[in-house]
Amino acid sequence: MNQALADLGDYIGTVLMDTVTESRVAHDELTVVAARDAVPQVLSTLRDDVNLYFRVLIDLCGVDYPGREPRFDVVYHLLSLKHNQRIRVVTRTDAHTPVPTVTHLYSAATWFERECWDMYGVLFADNPDLRRMLSDYGFEGHPLRKDFPLSGHTQVRYDETQKRVVYEPVNLTQEYRDFDFLSPWEAMTAMPGDTVLSGRDDSAEGEA
Amino acid sequence: MAESRIQNYSVNFGPQHPAAHGVLRLVLEMDGEVVDRADPHVGLLHRGTEKLIEHKTYLQALPYFDRLDYVAPMNQEHAFALAAERLLGAEVPPRGKALRVLWCEIGRLLNHILNLTTFALDVGAMTPMLWGFEEREKMMSFYERVSGARMHANYFRVGGVARDMPDGLAEDIERFVEEFPKFIDDLEGLLTDNRIFKQRTVDIGVVSPEEALDWGFSGSNLRASGWAWDLRRAQPYDGYEQYDFDIPVGRNGDCYDRYLVRIHEMRQSLRIMKQVLQNLPSGPVRVEDNKVTPPPRAEMKTSMEALIHHFKLFTEGVHVPAGEVYAPVEAPKGEFGVYLVSDGSNRPYRCKIRAPGFAHLQALDFMSQGHMLADVVANIGSLDIVFGEIDR
Repeated sequence: MNQALADLGDYIGTVLMDTVTESRVAHDELTVVAARDAVPQVLSTLRDDVNLYFRVLIDLCGVDYPGREPRFDVVYHLLSLKHNQRIRVVTRTDAHTPVPTVTHLYSAATWFERECWDMYGVLFADNPDLRRMLSDYGFEGHPLRKDFPLSGHTQVRYDETQKRVVYEPVNLTQEYRDFDFLSPWEAMTAMPGDTVLSGRDDSAEGEA
Repeated sequence: MAESRIQNYSVNFGPQHPAAHGVLRLVLEMDGEVVDRADPHVGLLHRGTEKLIEHKTYLQALPYFDRLDYVAPMNQEHAFALAAERLLGAEVPPRGKALRVLWCEIGRLLNHILNLTTFALDVGAMTPMLWGFEEREKMMSFYERVSGARMHANYFRVGGVARDMPDGLAEDIERFVEEFPKFIDDLEGLLTDNRIFKQRTVDIGVVSPEEALDWGFSGSNLRASGWAWDLRRAQPYDGYEQYDFDIPVGRNGDCYDRYLVRIHEMRQSLRIMKQVLQNLPSGPVRVEDNKVTPPPRAEMKTSMEALIHHFKLFTEGVHVPAGEVYAPVEAPKGEFGVYLVSDGSNRPYRCKIRAPGFAHLQALDFMSQGHMLADVVANIGSLDIVFGEIDR
C-alpha cells in the first residue's frame, strides 16, 4: 500500500513538476502541497489524467495556524473510484489573498468553499456564490479561527416588549473555564531537585 | 382580453415544514408550479461542533459525534475513533472490532428505517412510519442495554468500545435478526409495487453517474446512480473484509432506485450482523494499553499505577502524536469522514467533519429544476438528509 502511494506521489511529481512543491506519505495517506495559484491546474490534472482520475471532491476545508505566515491551510481531499485511491492536496493562503476556485472542476466545491469562507475568512476568487454558509444571517467574524473566542461575541433572546429576537453582547454569569490539564511537570525540562541530586552524585563520585 | 404575463415568485419552504426533514429553509423560485431554482439555506442547527471539539480532550469529543447524524449515532463515533487510533497506532482487539461492526450495522438499519418510512410519509403513505418506528424502538432498546442511552450512545472509544455487551443481548439481537426480514417484506409489500408510490418516485430527481461524481455523492445515493462503490468493500476497516455481503446498485439514479438500494442494504446489513454474531470472538473489547484506555475498576482498588492511569486519562486525556489523518467510514448516509489534525497535545488541533448530507443537499438545486413543487419533497426524502450532520 505504502509503495503504491509513494509511486503515485512520484508520478504526480513528474506530471506536475512546477506546481507541486512537496509530496509525502504518512499514515498510509498521500499528501501533496501545491502552489496557491496552481490549484485549479493541479486539480484538473488529478481529475482528468487516466492514471489518476480523482473524480470526486470528497472534502475541502481550512486549517488555521495563527503563528505562521501565511496563516491558513486549504485542504482538498480527492477520491478516485477507478483506482481506489485517495489524495490530499494542501495549499497555503492568508486572510487577504484569494485562492482560485475549483467550482468549474467540481460542482460540489461551491458549498465547501462557502463554508471555508464562512468559517475561516479564506477568499475564493471567481466562486459564483460566495455567501456565508453555516453562520447566522448578518453574522460577523469567522468562528473557526483560533483567535475567535469559543463563547462568541453575541447572544440572542426573545424580547417580550419588542416582540422579536434581540442580539446582545455575550454575558456569562460564570466565566468560561478552559481547563489546561497538561501536567505542569512535563513542561519543566529541568526539575529543581535534579540539579541538587546530580550535584551531590558528582561530588560523591569525586570523593570515592 | 389582454395577455397577462405571469411572473416568477419565491416560496419559502421550511424551516418548520415537516417534509423539510429538520430545519431546512428552502427558498424556491417558482415558475407556476415548476421549480426554477432551489436555494437551500442551511446552518439553522449550527452548534459549532468543530470549534467545541478543539477545546475538548479526545474522550470528551466523542459524544459530539452522536449529535451529528442523530439517526445513526454510533457510525459517526466510529470515524472519529478510527482517526484517533490511526494517529496513535492503536490496534483494536478482534472482539472490539466485531462489536463495532455489529453496532454500525444496527445503526444502518436504524437510519434506513427512519429514512424510508419518512420518505414514504412525504409522498403520502403513513403506515410504513408507524410500523417502522416500532422496529426502531426495539433496536434503541438494544442501544440502551449496551450503552445506557437510547440515542446518544457514546459507546465507541478510541481503542475499542466502552464495555462488553451484557449477557443475553447477543441472543436477543440474533432473534431480532431472524424476525426483521418479515418487517422488510411487509414494508416492501406496502411500497415497492405501490402505484401511487411509483408515480411519485420513478423518474423523479434523476442523477446520472457522471453527475453523481461531480456533486460528491457517496453511499446509497452514489450506488443508486450505478456505481458499485462501498467503502466497506473498497477500503475495508475494522474487519469488514471478513464478512460476506452484496452491494446493491441502482440503474436509473432516480428516487425509486434510491429507495430500492436502501431496502436491499437493510437485508445485507442483516447478513453481516448474522455473520458477526455467529463468529463473535472472545477476549478484550478495547486496547489493553492503559495510556489509551482506562484500567478495569477492580484493578484500581489495589494498584497504585492503575489509579494514576485512571486519573490521568479522565483529566488530562490521551496525548495523540502530531500528524494529520483522514478516516472515512461507510455511514448509512454515505461517506462520513473525519479529518483530524493533531499537534501532539491532548486536544485535537483541527477536526473537520465531512458529512455526506452536506454534499447531497447541495445537489438538490440541479435535481429539482424543472420538477414540480411536490417533487422537491420526494427529492429531499430520497436524499436522506439529517440536519445534525449538515449544520454540525
